[in-house]
Amino acid sequence: MTDTLRRFFDSDVWWSFTRSPITIISAIVALICILGAVFAPWIAPHNPFDLASLNLLDAFKPPAWTEEGERAYLLGTDDQGRDVLSAIMYGARVSLLVGLSATLFATTLGVTLGLLAGYLGGKLDALLMRICDVQLTFPSILVALLIDGVVRAALPREVHDQIALFVVIFAIGISEWPKFARTVRGSTMVERNKEYVQAARVIGVSPPRIMLSHVLPNVLGPVLVIATLNLGLAILSEATLSFLGVGVPATQPSLGTLIRIGNDFLFSGEWWITIFPGVTLIAMVLSVNLLGDWLRDALNPKLR
Amino acid sequence: MPAALDLEFSPLFAFIISRILQALPVMLTVALISFAMFAYVGDPVAIMLGQDFTEAQRQALVQDLGLDQPFWVQFGTFIGNAIQGEFGLSYRLSRPVSDLIAERAPATLELAFCAAAVALLIGVPMGVYTGLYRHSWLSRFFLTFSLIGVSLPVFLIGILLILVFAVWLGVLPSFGRGDTVKLGWWSTGFLTWTGIKALVLPSITLGLFQLTLIMRLVRAEMLEVLRTDYIKFARARGLPNRAVHFGHALKNTLVPVITIVGLQLGAIIAFAIVTETVFQWPGMGLLFIQSVNQADIPVMAAYLLLISALFVTINLIVDLLYYAVDPRLRLGRGQGAH
Repeated sequence: MTDTLRRFFDSDVWWSFTRSPITIISAIVALICILGAVFAPWIAPHNPFDLASLNLLDAFKPPAWTEEGERAYLLGTDDQGRDVLSAIMYGARVSLLVGLSATLFATTLGVTLGLLAGYLGGKLDALLMRICDVQLTFPSILVALLIDGVVRAALPREVHDQIALFVVIFAIGISEWPKFARTVRGSTMVERNKEYVQAARVIGVSPPRIMLSHVLPNVLGPVLVIATLNLGLAILSEATLSFLGVGVPATQPSLGTLIRIGNDFLFSGEWWITIFPGVTLIAMVLSVNLLGDWLRDALNPKLR
Repeated sequence: MPAALDLEFSPLFAFIISRILQALPVMLTVALISFAMFAYVGDPVAIMLGQDFTEAQRQALVQDLGLDQPFWVQFGTFIGNAIQGEFGLSYRLSRPVSDLIAERAPATLELAFCAAAVALLIGVPMGVYTGLYRHSWLSRFFLTFSLIGVSLPVFLIGILLILVFAVWLGVLPSFGRGDTVKLGWWSTGFLTWTGIKALVLPSITLGLFQLTLIMRLVRAEMLEVLRTDYIKFARARGLPNRAVHFGHALKNTLVPVITIVGLQLGAIIAFAIVTETVFQWPGMGLLFIQSVNQADIPVMAAYLLLISALFVTINLIVDLLYYAVDPRLRLGRGQGAH
């Protein structure tokens, strides 16, 4: 274990990390967001879902540093007297959960289909790549919207509300798998003709085994980069869907839901209800994107 | 393509035909998805009949809608109707979908046009400037600004603009189209002062991402082109800076710009949904999102078909523009020289 750690700290990747102040700041911001979201039930100052503790008299309190603010509510309260900071922490939880799950789903699906298409070739390859082409013509948010709409139409409302979270994950994941499939297919086609794969084939290793334990580890580098950049995109897609009112159910508000709710109070001057979730969303997405950019450069041997 | 055909068609015509042939399967797939949504999601008969109906009425409606026909016959009818602009009735509003879309289309198209104009008219000059004067403080400012533009989600840009210009400064309206003027069936906001004022914030919201993208692209291309030999030669010939920069350099950055602008039109349409929701803009995007919310399948199916037809057309136009801008393509295809 210590050996692995030492190898990690000696590596080029770690070295380039310590040389880039922006990356370090991004990593810290991302870490704060993730920790705040994961440990929300333990560290959030209030529980926004505990109806017993909500008091309408506390509604619309501005942030603590303004004249009418209260110290108990650092970022103010919303229309129902919920603490905005706590709502953001719980909301970031949902946003991260959906973003990570959707990215994991898109990665698994894309890598599997990309491996199959690249290794087996032929008609399967042609079919899968055609599907990719068609799907890439459409912006992913449109695909996600359509899937969500169709599921909404096909299922009764109560059933839909129960599985809404999974529908959103599925919709976002499906809309983003072609990127992974394309990349993996390309590198698989290169790897397929290399000697180690031929050697494995000659000694009679079965195709599924070659794909999984020989080809897969060698095509995963770029996948990691796309997955990181995709995470930011997935979080944004979820926020956009929830902002449009078709994303996660209202009982589990994500950052996008909070922004939508706060948007209604913009005109009466209660800007903090929508702006703080917005700033959190931007901080989260920007830090993940900058990390992804750095990872892409760090893993690219041409730039060393 | 057989040699006999090659002799009869001009290369341009052959090019167009091959592009249309490539687009057909895409359109058919989309039509199939639309139709499947239409036919299998929800129960149109139950929705159209309402609460009280007899079995005979149900049978009559099933026959009337052609739902007792085989799948391919139904699909054929669906395509036939779609080509004539006939998409049935909206479940939510009980009005023909085609009417709804015709009513809403001008709002979306005017918005998309203004957004594209904002992106091009500001993005290209900014790109040229940052490409020519890389180290000036203004260029640095533009680049930082563009980084923000790329990372801000569209709806937040809209909300921030509303907060600043509508709530705090109170100079621009934050929702709706203002007063519109009817020109035949087209309603335009260009002819009234409130209409123009209402266009400002939504156009900026929708165009900002494209603006930053175009600026970065033009900058990168300018930097690339300015290094080439023919620019050095043009300078050596003593041509004025303006002729070199705009006549020689900018012209050669256009091919990638056209591609991106073409591809981004799709994104503009998609994000028009978001922009229209933020600004309550009465366009097709708002109609679509309301339909998704209410599971109004006919409107969704029609929107999907229309949007894909638009995408395919845009792609075709982009390809044709290539053909016009890049002489190498013309030569390559015309004489089979590649």
